[in-house]
Amino acid sequence: MIAAIRKLVVQVDETRIEMGREVLPPIRRAVAMAVIANPFAGRYSESLEELTAIGEELGGLLGAKCVAALGIRPEQAQSYGKAAIVGESGELEHAAAILHPKMGATLRREVSSGAALVPSAKKMGGLGTAIDVPLGHKDAAYVRSHFDAIEARIGDAPRAAEILVAIAVTDGGRPLARVGGLQVSEIKGQDGLR
Amino acid sequence: MIDILRIFTHVEDIFHEFGPAPVTPLRRGGAVALIKNPFAGRYVPDIAPFMEELKPLGLDLAHRLLAALGCRASEVQGYGKAAIVGAAGELEHGALWHVPGGYGMREALGWKDDAVKGAAAGQPGNALAIVPSTKKVGAPGATIDVPLTHVNASYVRSHLDAIEIRIPGAPAADEIAYILAMSLGPRVHARLGGLTAAQIERWDGQK
Repeated sequence: MIAAIRKLVVQVDETRIEMGREVLPPIRRAVAMAVIANPFAGRYSESLEELTAIGEELGGLLGAKCVAALGIRPEQAQSYGKAAIVGESGELEHAAAILHPKMGATLRREVSSGAALVPSAKKMGGLGTAIDVPLGHKDAAYVRSHFDAIEARIGDAPRAAEILVAIAVTDGGRPLARVGGLQVSEIKGQDGLR
Repeated sequence: MIDILRIFTHVEDIFHEFGPAPVTPLRRGGAVALIKNPFAGRYVPDIAPFMEELKPLGLDLAHRLLAALGCRASEVQGYGKAAIVGAAGELEHGALWHVPGGYGMREALGWKDDAVKGAAAGQPGNALAIVPSTKKVGAPGATIDVPLTHVNASYVRSHLDAIEIRIPGAPAADEIAYILAMSLGPRVHARLGGLTAAQIERWDGQK
């Protein structure tokens, strides 16, 4: 383990009834969060490779936590997203180093595929800061029914020298999606877009 | 059976809090059932019968939390309960949870289980302690700190704790979030003395 993890939090949010209508099957969304020590807190470092390696590790760890919490097979995962909140002794680029270079590959392994971009968000924050993790279909970014977001937040994180890293995985789109656009049934799944 | 709008589970593994990491991280969590408030927007004098309707929900939610924690009932060391009532309801609607939430969880943890009797000398069952609680009227996304105490003796100092629970987007004005929480151990760096779990001997739910 490269990341020094203080705490892991896994949440599952299951919607069964929306606007008085039964959602069948219920839609389940998981978000897994790790609170890690920021190795570059309080100093400028030109190279951020250590954080990139942490991102690679957490893509697998948090992706697996989500899939396990949903109780699904990896191929049943439908959408995903990622985010990070950097404590005040760090800088925004630290989130980028975790999220962008290598996290996607290990996350995709846990959900068995993923031609589409993993949508992301990042911010600086303190204890209890919430971040909306964007969600998109894992195989085709244009699937409109799966454009969504899920909040990630931990009451006691991130402290100044910490980073909160979140990955979200779902087994469905929005509960009563009905605004048209590309449908799951129309996915070709080759270019990541459609 | 009451219709559940949404089920929300929260599980955390605490590896350390800047001190020496224990061999086993502290696992704790909460489960929330979001339901429509049948009394929203009006004063209903006689609400007590609703407690009976909530009983299956208490037991069901306790089993869901055990599943999310991935543990056996016998591994649960601390517990608590809470309610957040949406803006069109009153605090008393949260109080409806005391009996079905508390006794439902205690039942799931072996309160009525004869097999548990005598697990320790003089122990008449498991989950003997009152389930500590908080409640509030709150907006969507309100946080609530759910108090936790040892399941068999409220005075066990190492297990006096709290876990923050928050459901993004809920409860709406006409909804209620009923919450149960459990922990599988003491505070991660508990070191303030007092009654320990090993010293429980009265088995009266307190000491």
